[in-house]
Amino acid sequence: MHNFEFVKPSTLAEAVAALGTDEAQPLSGGQTLIPSMKARLNAPGVLVSLTGIAELKGVCREGDTLVIGAATTHATVAADAAADFPGLAALAGQIGDPAVRNRGTIGGSLANNDPSACYPSAALGTGATIVTNAREIAADDYFQGMFTTALEEGEIITSIRFPIPQRAAYAKFLQPASRFALTGVFVAQYAAGVRVAVTGASEGGVFRWAEAEAALSAQFNADAVAGLSHPADGMISDLHGTSEYRAHLVRVMTQRAVRAAQ
Amino acid sequence: MAHVKMKVNGREMGASVEGRTLLSSYLRDLLGLTGTHVGCDTSQCGACVVLVNGQAIKSCTAFAADLDGAEVTTVEGMANSDGSLGRIQQAFQDYHGLQCGFCTPGMVMSTAALLAENPKPTEEEVRHYLEGNICRCTGYQNIVRAVMAASGQDAGALAAE
Repeated sequence: MHNFEFVKPSTLAEAVAALGTDEAQPLSGGQTLIPSMKARLNAPGVLVSLTGIAELKGVCREGDTLVIGAATTHATVAADAAADFPGLAALAGQIGDPAVRNRGTIGGSLANNDPSACYPSAALGTGATIVTNAREIAADDYFQGMFTTALEEGEIITSIRFPIPQRAAYAKFLQPASRFALTGVFVAQYAAGVRVAVTGASEGGVFRWAEAEAALSAQFNADAVAGLSHPADGMISDLHGTSEYRAHLVRVMTQRAVRAAQ
Repeated sequence: MAHVKMKVNGREMGASVEGRTLLSSYLRDLLGLTGTHVGCDTSQCGACVVLVNGQAIKSCTAFAADLDGAEVTTVEGMANSDGSLGRIQQAFQDYHGLQCGFCTPGMVMSTAALLAENPKPTEEEVRHYLEGNICRCTGYQNIVRAVMAASGQDAGALAAE
């Protein structure tokens, strides 16, 4: 890969300043960025590591909200969110493999917004708030299509605020070679209603399935969505599955998530 | 170039690195510890797994400069102090948990990480934990047997057979 200048600030303010320079990019766990740099899909002039900033790490509960620092690894979320938000902890524990979970971070995943990544479905499925060094962004406004988010150049996610649901679960149909989701569905029930977010299926990235939300808000069980079918238009089609196959999985995985939600 | 120090297998070591120097390259090319293997170099295969501050990571997908000051254990650090095979290594030999042996360093290091957090894993837990370690000889049965034996459990019969 092309060489670059490596800097590792210990405060958020230093990181923001370092990212103000030309061709600077943030590096979190690097589990996507480093492979893409090896493939020369990405060649930053300066790489600003966010892993040495203590204020970006950790899981803590504030009332009915679970706040997770952006540089918290998947392994830490899987362990430390288990008591307060088991559905989210279970999702984190299914990402990649153990060695990837020890490096990859929630902020990195959300900033990258891979259309098949697991975390975007949890953020959108809970109506989480993405907190950056500059502002707070509602998940409904944050995800703007495949690999596209509301983040501005040089803006850093600092934490994610998840409203803790009454019950929730993530059901992932694994693409076993990449260990990403061929299709994954996050279902969360709140007093105000049910949210359903789908990853891995759409060419537009993570999305909410409004029909299923309405049906599950009226009656929270797997039969409530048995008669629904998601259209195949705009679904991803590749050698792992056709768009029709993924559209079918959207309903199947929604039902599995509902059954798993406790 | 920055000078990066790490405590590797209990010894203080250091070398000058570029920004792009991967941990795998730091260990193999700069410190001469060639026990860590680079298989796919895309973080799929797990041949390069080492322990950093006690946690298994893929050394091909981390920059050495990002790990300045870390404690690292490689497969070279798994032997007993007299040079004889350590418990996990011995189990891999006893149960022939390798065919060509290329994936073995990563398998041994992932096993060390697994047994540190789960000393008596079930067969299913072993298979699940080793998801990120690929053996292209497909010698998984004996690898799982070796891990069961290394954890002091019966390695005789596997449910998956």
